[in-house]
This record gives sequence, C-alpha cells and structure tokens, in this order.
Amino acid sequence: MSSDTLAGGGPAARPTPLRGPGRRRARAGLTVLAIVVSVLSIFPVLWLITSALKPREAVTDGKLLPDDVTWENFRYVLTEVAFDRWLWNSFFTAAIITVLALFFHSMAAYALARLRFPGRDGIFVVIFSTLLITPPVILIPLFIVVREMGMLDSYAALIIPAIFNAFGIFLLRQFYLGIPRELEEAAIADGAGYWRIYRSIILPLSRPILSALSVFFFLANWNAFAWPLVATSSENLTVTQVGIASFTTQYGSNWNYILAAAVVAVIPMLMLFLFFQRQMVESIKTSGLK
Amino acid sequence: MTSIATQQARAPGAAAAQAAPAGRRRLGRKGRERLAAALFLLPDGLGLALFVVLPMLLSFLLSFFQVSGFGSYEWIGVGNYERMVNDPYFWSSMGVTAKYVVLMVPTLFVVSLSLGVLMKQMLPGMSVYRTALFLPHMLSLVVVGLLWKFMLDDQTGVVNKAGGELGLGARSWLGDPGLALYAVIAVTVWYYMGYYMIIFLAGLNEIPRELYEAARIDGAGPWTSFRRITWPLLKPTSFFVLIVSTVAAITGTFDLIFVLTDGGPANGTAVAMFYIYQQAFVFGEYGYAAALGSFLVLVMVALSWLIFKATKGGRFDDE
Repeated sequence: MSSDTLAGGGPAARPTPLRGPGRRRARAGLTVLAIVVSVLSIFPVLWLITSALKPREAVTDGKLLPDDVTWENFRYVLTEVAFDRWLWNSFFTAAIITVLALFFHSMAAYALARLRFPGRDGIFVVIFSTLLITPPVILIPLFIVVREMGMLDSYAALIIPAIFNAFGIFLLRQFYLGIPRELEEAAIADGAGYWRIYRSIILPLSRPILSALSVFFFLANWNAFAWPLVATSSENLTVTQVGIASFTTQYGSNWNYILAAAVVAVIPMLMLFLFFQRQMVESIKTSGLK
Repeated sequence: MTSIATQQARAPGAAAAQAAPAGRRRLGRKGRERLAAALFLLPDGLGLALFVVLPMLLSFLLSFFQVSGFGSYEWIGVGNYERMVNDPYFWSSMGVTAKYVVLMVPTLFVVSLSLGVLMKQMLPGMSVYRTALFLPHMLSLVVVGLLWKFMLDDQTGVVNKAGGELGLGARSWLGDPGLALYAVIAVTVWYYMGYYMIIFLAGLNEIPRELYEAARIDGAGPWTSFRRITWPLLKPTSFFVLIVSTVAAITGTFDLIFVLTDGGPANGTAVAMFYIYQQAFVFGEYGYAAALGSFLVLVMVALSWLIFKATKGGRFDDE
C-alpha cells in the first residue's frame, strides 16, 4: 500500500534526460529496487505505529491499518507514568553530550590527522583500541570510578562519561586525512597558528561530517540504556529507555500499552530526524559538488 | 618538503608582526606543532584515560580476584583464567559470537555499500528512500527488541501470518535453535544498514565527480568505474565500517539479544557478551566476568590490529 504511494510520487526515469534505452531500463530497475528496499526498511516502523493505535483485543490481528483507531493506549501510557520527565532528561543529556563530544573529537582528530609529532601513530592506536572497550565490558569498573568521584546519581554521571569515545575521533581522523595539504600550507605560510587553521579551515570543511555525526551522537545517547540504568537511581533522573524497560516489565504482555510507550519514545526522534535530515542531505550534497 | 621548510624559516618574522607570544618564537616550528598537538588532544585524552582506560585497567585487575558479594575480594591469581579455559559454556558462546560475526559483518558491509551506491544515483524520489532506509536506526535497541519480538511471535506475529498467506509454514523464528541466530542477524542488518549507508554516502560524496565522467568518456562501464574509482578511493570509509561493525557485532548487539531472545533457545544466541553479563549480574561472579571480558577485549584488539595492518589503516598513501 505504501509502495503505491511512493511509486506514484516518482515513476522511473521519465523526467530526466536519457542517453539511451538501456540506461532508461537500468534507471527504472534501480528505482524499483530503491522502492522495494525502502518499503522493507520502513515496514516494521509503520507496523509499530499502527499497532499502537489498535485496542487491546485487535493488537495482534495481523492488519497494517487498524479497524478502529484508538488513542486510549497513549492516554493510558502518558497519564500512568512520568513520560514528560523521562523525555526531558533524555533530551537534555543527549544534547549536551553531543555538543561537547563533537568539539573535543574534532580537536583530537585534527591533531591525529594533520599535525606531526612523535608517537602520533602510537597514540592513535591506543585511542583506536579504546574503541574496542565498549560500555558493557567496563560497566562495573566505570560504575566504581564514577562512584569514587562522587558523581553517582546526578546529571554529571549521565553526561560526562558518555562524552568520551573513540568513535567520533576515528571517523573524523579518517575524514581529515583526505583534506588536501595545500590548504593548510597556504595558511601556515601566512603565519596562521594551529588554532586558527582548525577554526577557519578544518571546522568549516568538516561541516557535513559533523552534522551527520551530531545526528548519530544525539541518537546514540537518546537510546542509551545500560549506563543510565546503573548510574542513576533517582526517579527524577530516569531517562526514556530505562523508563520504557521498567514499564515493559510491569505490563508484561499488554502489547498495546508497550507499543504505545515505544512510539512515544520514538516519535520525538523521528520528528527531529525528518526536520534535521534536510540540512544533513543538503550539506552532504554541496560538499560533494565542491 | 624543503620549500615548506624555507617558508617556515621566514614565518617567525610574520608571527612577530602579529604580536605572537614570545614563547612561540623560541619553540620553533616543530615545538609549536608538538605543543599544539598536545593541547588539541588534551580534553579527549584526559576523558578517555579517566572513563575508558582506567575502568579497563580496573577490570583487568579485578580478573585476578574472586569477588563474593559486592565488596569482598580475594586474590586468586590466574584462577579465573584457568576456569575460563575449562568452561565449555564460555567456548560455546565464543563459537556463537564467531558465527554471528562471520555471517553478519560481510552481509551488513555488502548491503550498506550497495545501498550507498544506489542512493548516490540521481533517481527520482531519492530523499524519500534515504529517509526510509535510515528510519529504523532512529529506534533504540530496546524498542527494536520489543518490536521484533512482537512481529516474530509464533502465533500472533505478523511474519508468520504473512508467511501463512503466502503458503509458507509457520516457523518458530525465535524458538528454533537453528533459526534464532539468523533471525537476530536479519534484525541486526535491518537496523544498521541505513546507518552504514549514510557513512558510505559521506565517503562516496568525497570522490570527485570528474573521475567518473572521465572514466565514462574512456568507455568504462559501471562495474569498471566501481572497481577502479569507487572501491580504492573508498578505502578509508570501508576500513572504518569494517572495524566498527565487527566491534559492534562482538559487544554492541548485546541489548538486542537481551530483549529479543534472552540468549536462547538452547543458548543458540548466547554470544560471549551475553554470557559475561550473566556471570556478572545474574551469578554475581564479577571477578570471573572481568576475566572473560579482558580476554574478549584481547581478542578484539588482535582482530583490529590485523584489519589495521591488512588495510594500512585505510590511508591512501604508504605513510
């Protein structure tokens, strides 16, 4: 059903200038392929949303569109628990983590990719190997470190340890390796310091990758589960994922409520993404042309 | 190189004209570059040391202790590691992990690279497809686990209902030990493909368009341009995707398995990370879990070092 809508929006390569029947067929085939994978990709998400609109007795009826649309599940979920607080906590922590992480990571990546200093490759390998130390591996000792610092059960506990990971450094370094050296050399010849090169050459050039990374970081932290679970215990510090998980254990097989809770957690991300994606795609597009 | 050096030799005069601090001149170009590098690396270096490396070392230290309850430690040397060597459940979980990595990582790589290349074509409605493909990644693994548990349910799930209408028999996707790992792999690929597609797209957009035009004028077909232009110039991105998806496959999908299958059926999806989690948080064996975790990290370091060496770190040159 949704595939019809998509296909109606853009029937194969008709409006584009063609260079021959073979190319036209290939483009039509690629368009069909793109539609099929898009539908496969999006179907479970649609299923989640429409199922959450069904009353309890119809939630497993196997139909994409509900016979009766009900908002009762959402009303129930939003009035039974402190969802607004959970959503705010997730938003607040994820936003601060994202801004600080992008700033610190681009600085470190610039040094690793563009500056020459002894032990650079060694330092890179060390930072790089911390990429392998994923949160589940260090959950207990990290808990002990944060407790010793007296930060447990605070916003600092949710935010500070989550800033530092090698992921962003690594991706930015790989990106910076591809920037032509001439740009920096001209600036150095003009007497520019490294901070100025970073501010006025490297950062503007990395806008597309930084905007992509900001979506990923915000998301990763909005969706974080294990660390917030062990780092906080106060109810006013509960983040969305922890809230949903506890809600799920409480409500067992009431799929209509569980799915509605999941939708409430997912909708802000979808809205933000649909809004933010335009800038992201735009910036990626322009960077590809120049 | 020499011409740059001569330019640099003249640079201090220019720096002085800008009222640069005196220390700058005394340090010289090399010293300044080193100092700058140290300062640029400071915030992340300090943070990583405190919140990643220190806990890791603590975890390693903990692996030589028998921990009873939370707070009483007894030094037992390599006892935990001896126990690991003789623990058939751990090695079976390593086997599940290996199978999962070997099947999932190449599938995900090929699927997301193909999607990236597909999305690079100027097809009508492209932004709609791109949005649709990235959309699943907006969900958390907690939500993904719940959603697919709902959809893959034997009796009430939509997958079996749709399969029934197509004349396929109902399968116990999450209940059959021979199927569950494949179900988890399919869900993982579905969840991550849009994410890696975006990364590949960013890399593909870095490749100058003129190269493709030149190749087309020379009569190269799409496959030749892919092999001669896209593939070599995409090396840094491919390296990144390979490393990150391997690491994610070993530890990152723990949340999903936890919600979706709980390691079952018959430990068929109990990857090493899940077994370690159980040892720590179900059986309270923090010391033993720390030993297993340290071993797993060692395996991952060795694996990444191999990938790094094999691809020269994804650099273009041989620096």
